[in-house]
Amino acid sequence: MYFTKATLDQSAELTRKWEDEVRRSAGTAAEQKARWSTVSDLEIKPLYTPEDIAQTDFARDIGVPGEFPFLRGNQATGYRGRFWTFRMFAGMGSAKDTNTRWHMLLKGGQTGLSTAFDFPTLMGYDSDSPKARGECGRCGVAIDTLEDFLTLMEGIPMDQVTTSMTINPPATALWAMYCAAAEHKGVPLTGIGGTIQNDMLKEFIAQKTFMCPPEPSIRLISDTVEFGAKHVPKWNTISISGYHIREAGATAVQELAFTLRDGIEYVEDVIRRKGLAVDEFAPRLSFFFNAHIDFFEEICKMRAARRIWAKVMRNRFRAQDPRSWWLRFHTQTAGCSLTAQQPYNNVVRTAIEALAAVLGGTQSLHTNSLDEVLSLPSDHAVEIALRTQQIIAEETGVAGTIDPLAGSYFVESLTNEMESKASEYIEKIDAMGGMIAAIDKGFPQMEIADSAYRFQKAIDAGEKVMIGVNKYAAGGSYGIPVVELDEQVEAGQIERLRSAKRKRDSRAVRRDLDDLKAACKTGQNVMPFCIAAVKDMATVQEICDVYREVFGEYRDPGLY
Amino acid sequence: MTDRKIRIMVAKPGLDGHDRGARVLARAFRDAGFEVIYTGCHQSPEQIAAAAIQEDIDVVGLSCLSGAHRYLFPRIVELLKEQGADDITVIGGGIIPEQDFPLLYEAGIKAIFTPGAKLDAIVDWIRTNIVPRN
Repeated sequence: MYFTKATLDQSAELTRKWEDEVRRSAGTAAEQKARWSTVSDLEIKPLYTPEDIAQTDFARDIGVPGEFPFLRGNQATGYRGRFWTFRMFAGMGSAKDTNTRWHMLLKGGQTGLSTAFDFPTLMGYDSDSPKARGECGRCGVAIDTLEDFLTLMEGIPMDQVTTSMTINPPATALWAMYCAAAEHKGVPLTGIGGTIQNDMLKEFIAQKTFMCPPEPSIRLISDTVEFGAKHVPKWNTISISGYHIREAGATAVQELAFTLRDGIEYVEDVIRRKGLAVDEFAPRLSFFFNAHIDFFEEICKMRAARRIWAKVMRNRFRAQDPRSWWLRFHTQTAGCSLTAQQPYNNVVRTAIEALAAVLGGTQSLHTNSLDEVLSLPSDHAVEIALRTQQIIAEETGVAGTIDPLAGSYFVESLTNEMESKASEYIEKIDAMGGMIAAIDKGFPQMEIADSAYRFQKAIDAGEKVMIGVNKYAAGGSYGIPVVELDEQVEAGQIERLRSAKRKRDSRAVRRDLDDLKAACKTGQNVMPFCIAAVKDMATVQEICDVYREVFGEYRDPGLY
Repeated sequence: MTDRKIRIMVAKPGLDGHDRGARVLARAFRDAGFEVIYTGCHQSPEQIAAAAIQEDIDVVGLSCLSGAHRYLFPRIVELLKEQGADDITVIGGGIIPEQDFPLLYEAGIKAIFTPGAKLDAIVDWIRTNIVPRN
């Protein structure tokens, strides 16, 4: 028990008094609305007391940082040992353009890199594909061959800086390029660190960057997990992502539940398919959450995530290594909370969301730029976003105490509530036969569609508020400069691709791709074949076309 | 005449997978009593134009958040025109900077809705401007 009986009795008595006082003042100071709820529509009470966490056991449920169940963080020293990694997601235009932005960020005090690829790269198409028309370099950097990748990494110390790559269906191809680039620079695979997102389940659920059907998609992921465990020990081979689930309209509880259930699915697959012991790979699984605008809900979500995962890994998978119990995660502030209207307000939103991520104990953070709701961010807007993190880290003092909100009646109670609601979802998906089965049924997709629709109706009705959109919308129609992409990027990239193809040994590429195809069919790990292929200048699309041919293509069922 | 429902196709052209807005709108149109076809993500302009003609659509609502609207939206209007289907109204939305509006209007996009537009306002625009064809 967290409290003595005497404290609980006193609490009950004082709460009754308080309730009487609330009733008495109802005539003069009635509450502004009948129901208060989080942005995800969890109802919250006006006051929390010891009784709300009467069943919480200090040692079992809360404890200290660095100890099971890690509610309060994985590291015993918290941010005193090391701040979170300042990791700004960046990519635009050509590899050279992006490399310039990266150097600007590193010079500005950023401590890790994070790559945004353009849509053709994300979907496994080359820049000269008819499907790529109009998209090249728009939402990120265009990468077709290892030559582009080497330009991207120009002057980047790959043995010192860790790099995250938001890449999913073509993850094997881009990771192969990273490995090949490291070798080119004389850095061994054991010396590189970083993350590939490589989380296909959330693509089917939410982000819709898919290529092959779920089953073979998971197989390719298990190949990377196995390859990482054996050859690239400092690499996070999956970033199990709730971010996109949330952006698609999920509630915080749905984000928490679907993400962790995706994680369970991956762990099961690697054990079953690859025969690895859980402790051989689980320490390299990482997570990625959204930091939305509802301050306490987000903090509680992140705390609950750590506790649920620790229990899942220890109890469900019998992991022995404490590092397998850790839920390490990156956070990005919520793009969907930003507004095109009165865009400077986005700086304030992002700062509050970033603070929530820090109080939730994130290991790594991207802060959105104020103009990202309109276009790719400008240098100036990115700098403000990075400075926001640095102000939180070095001026506000919040990094000095680990998990400072622990023990708050409200925070612990909401953490418990989110854990219990997420666990219900996880059990439900277990009963359906797992996440792939649930996706086949459209279950998570429709749960999210319901939440997104409900939220939009609430905004339109004014029940939920977005400042500048449905309240205080008057005035303030000040514009901000919008970054325009150079229209020449596409032509330049296509020319680079053609030139790389002209220079290469086409027969070697053909042979590499045939070998890759054979590996796809026999179940051999595809990674060594991808690395060989990219070294011979096989393109992202050529590798992905092998997957499409062998495994087939997934079509969006278009559920709404 | 009036008993024919407005037939709307919500379409996601290009490689962009940001479909939250498109799906919310598809549901709002259904609730408004329209007949709704949602294409799902990753449709080429050719696929969208062909489907709009084949399904006898009154209005196509395009959603794009990747910045590729500058190419994709005009291309779809052009394909419809080429196939003699320029009586199909095309509207669009997504992350569309204001400076791109003239280019899109000139290309034949009849209305553009950006973040912050209310569902009701979009439904009303369609009710006011679209007469179901027979």
